[in-house]
Amino acid sequence: MSKVARSETQHPRRNLLNDPRVRGWLAQALVLMLLVIVAGYALYNIAHNLNKAGITTGFAFLSSPSGFDISQTLVDYSSRSTYADAFVVGILNTLLVSILGIVSSTILGFFLGIIRLSPNWLISKMAEAYTEIIRNIPLLLQILFWYLAILTPLPGPRLAMHFSDIAFLCNRGLQIPKPIFEPGFIATPVAFLGAVILSIFLFRWSKKRQLQTGRRFPDYSIAIALLVGMPLVAMMLTGFPLHWEMPVLSGFNFAGGITVLPELIALWLSLTLYSATFIGEYVRSGIMAVDKGQRDAAYALGHRPWMIYRLIVIPQAMRVVTPPLISQYLTLVKNSSLAVVIGYPDLIHVFAGTALNQSGQAVEIISITMAVYLIISLFISLIMNWYNKKYALRGL
Amino acid sequence: MSETWIPSPSLPSPKLDSGYAGWVKNNLFSTPGNLLLTLLSIALLVLTVPPLLRWGILDATWLGDSRGVCDEAAQGGSTGACWVFVKVRWGVFLYGFYPLVERWRVNFTFFVLAVALFPLFAPILLGTTKRKMVLYLLAAITVLFWLGPIPATFIACYLFAPFALDRLLQGKPFLELFGNQVVAVLTGIGSALLVGVISYYGIFLYLDEKAAGAIGLTALVLTLFLLFISRLTASGWHWVFLFTVYPVFAFFMLVGDIFGLPLVETHFWGGLFLTLVVAGSGMATALPIGILLALGRRSDLPVIKVLCVSFIEFVRGVPLVSVLFMASVMFPLFLPENVTFNKLLRALVGIAFFYAAYMAEVIRGGLQAIPKGQYEAAMALGWPYWKMMSLIIIPQTLRLVIPGLANNFLSLLKDTTLVAVIGLLDLLGVAKASMADKEWLGFTKEAYIFAAIVFWIFCFAISRYSVYLEKTYHPSHQ
Repeated sequence: MSKVARSETQHPRRNLLNDPRVRGWLAQALVLMLLVIVAGYALYNIAHNLNKAGITTGFAFLSSPSGFDISQTLVDYSSRSTYADAFVVGILNTLLVSILGIVSSTILGFFLGIIRLSPNWLISKMAEAYTEIIRNIPLLLQILFWYLAILTPLPGPRLAMHFSDIAFLCNRGLQIPKPIFEPGFIATPVAFLGAVILSIFLFRWSKKRQLQTGRRFPDYSIAIALLVGMPLVAMMLTGFPLHWEMPVLSGFNFAGGITVLPELIALWLSLTLYSATFIGEYVRSGIMAVDKGQRDAAYALGHRPWMIYRLIVIPQAMRVVTPPLISQYLTLVKNSSLAVVIGYPDLIHVFAGTALNQSGQAVEIISITMAVYLIISLFISLIMNWYNKKYALRGL
Repeated sequence: MSETWIPSPSLPSPKLDSGYAGWVKNNLFSTPGNLLLTLLSIALLVLTVPPLLRWGILDATWLGDSRGVCDEAAQGGSTGACWVFVKVRWGVFLYGFYPLVERWRVNFTFFVLAVALFPLFAPILLGTTKRKMVLYLLAAITVLFWLGPIPATFIACYLFAPFALDRLLQGKPFLELFGNQVVAVLTGIGSALLVGVISYYGIFLYLDEKAAGAIGLTALVLTLFLLFISRLTASGWHWVFLFTVYPVFAFFMLVGDIFGLPLVETHFWGGLFLTLVVAGSGMATALPIGILLALGRRSDLPVIKVLCVSFIEFVRGVPLVSVLFMASVMFPLFLPENVTFNKLLRALVGIAFFYAAYMAEVIRGGLQAIPKGQYEAAMALGWPYWKMMSLIIIPQTLRLVIPGLANNFLSLLKDTTLVAVIGLLDLLGVAKASMADKEWLGFTKEAYIFAAIVFWIFCFAISRYSVYLEKTYHPSHQ
């Protein structure tokens, strides 16, 4: 007896509307129809409004000159450059502050997480107090505090705070020496790269040797010696082709050196301090997630505390810590968009702010901006998936 | 050999391992490394805490009501904070530029909310009907002496109606009075429409034209609830009121322009009041939308699933600032000419949908943790999808994901500061704006630290409350 026949015989008055499949298709058709109507209406309105404002749609505006200046440019840029150039400058500035923030907040966060687990009561309570205070205050408030309450009221260049005449801090930002590379300097990074490759081979070889013979090889010390020594030797052989251009006060401002904008300092500092509290919590929970029996077993085998951390606790904790850590990095990249409030020229400020106001191409510019963030987050979630596949516990 | 063994009294524990001395030794000076850490931390504390205390409390200027007091103190060599600045602008920090004589409306709106929410959020303190009644009666009497009879009548009706509904509707559910289900549903909808239309015209003709639409709609929705979900407890009705009656009340109360209340446009709103409006309505709308999105993401219907997944992933990939930019720059383009949308409303919609995506992910995690048997048992009873979800699955899910939801609520509260990006003056915006006052230049630190303390208190309270909830309701703790 087929399905249809049975339903006809046993449920002669069955209503078609009561069939879950039919209801499902009806609901989907309804939703789709609504969506098409709303989207169509919105598109019609956009076309109408843009037409009325005399704005031509399309991405042709990207190659026309932008006509505005940007306070921090990592590549060549002037007001005669195109909108596309401004876009690149914005992306690079976003990436700069994000990478700086990721590196420093990781270091501070791991430090916080570890000292919160310290047996020393005082220091762990201090770390806890820091975490509880900082992460319950909005990030935007912290950025504005550092920028408007601390950095902007600093004295001008003439009264700048100086750190043994190498770096100066004033209301125009932090002035630091600028490295000037002369020809021949290329040998140093090449030597460093060589040292890295050599150390990788050294680690592989010593691990293999230890597995076969049981004898350990001082691979760490030799690798450090290689990494420091080879670039040094290369530098000496090429006759130190590196000079530092010191910032010098001339007139009302500093000449020479690199100026780190106060906006960048405020943003970097607050992103670091804020994200570190979250990273610290992940690290703490990761270490606490390692079963106590693992540590006890290692003690019973006679490992030293440091070796237990390096070989037993940290590898297992990292499996718990890494996924939230990576999504915290993603959050940090997205939070860097708060730059717009203090005028740090990031992607949103330069592109979705100034460029949008200048060109009026709202739809295109907002779409491009969102696409950039989407690509970054897609990239980060790809890394996360790869990591999960590689390191997740198997057989669970 | 009849020697009795008399045990010698046990020795006291070593002096240095018990009591305060022992605690200090074990927790602060157990090893040389630990000793060093302790000394370093004490040095750090000595370097930071006393100057902060001196600046914020001891050397600070507290009394007075003009800038002159602080200037005098500064000339006298004091380097402390000038809290007079905050004191003078207290009203602005709390209410923004809401007109002075109308501020009681804000207070009353939040008072009603606080009284209505308190028993729902502290069931241990106010679980019994008797205690709730006492609280509500006290609230109504307070309002009577504070604002007069009309607000008191309103708050009394609002607070006591749920009990009356609970009592009145103990009988047979409305739907079972009819033989045929279709007839029952149609009659129900018909009578709800009738109630809506009657209240619309009643208000239109006799009270106020502008309020008629909204109140008629509320009456319609409430009647639907009354007829179709008739078996609710008093607390259940309180929740229904909170999501149907309260928003309408709050809207009319805060915006005004009806019942003789003067109009207060939203660009006068600001300060902590605006922050709480944005955060409260954001939380109240993002959670239901998030639940729907999470259900959609786990749905078997391909179109709905694809739509929900792409919405969630899109929103989670972009920063809130860009969503707010979109709401303020791009959204007006979607609308026909001459139709403008309030700036505050645009921000609210942006925040609600942004956080709905995050809530959806948290709830999805909870949905995945519900054992399959729960679904199967509900289906075996022949329950339809929505009944199964709303009575069996979602309550268990929410209980599981309390920490995740609390985290999202916290982020939402902190992210309300971003509305400053599109020009709204929330607590942070007001703090920033008040620095531009020519009479009070140079008190940036005070303004920001005050705002930080206010935010900190709210966020810390939410995080502690979530810990309490988790301890009370999490299945593993019961």
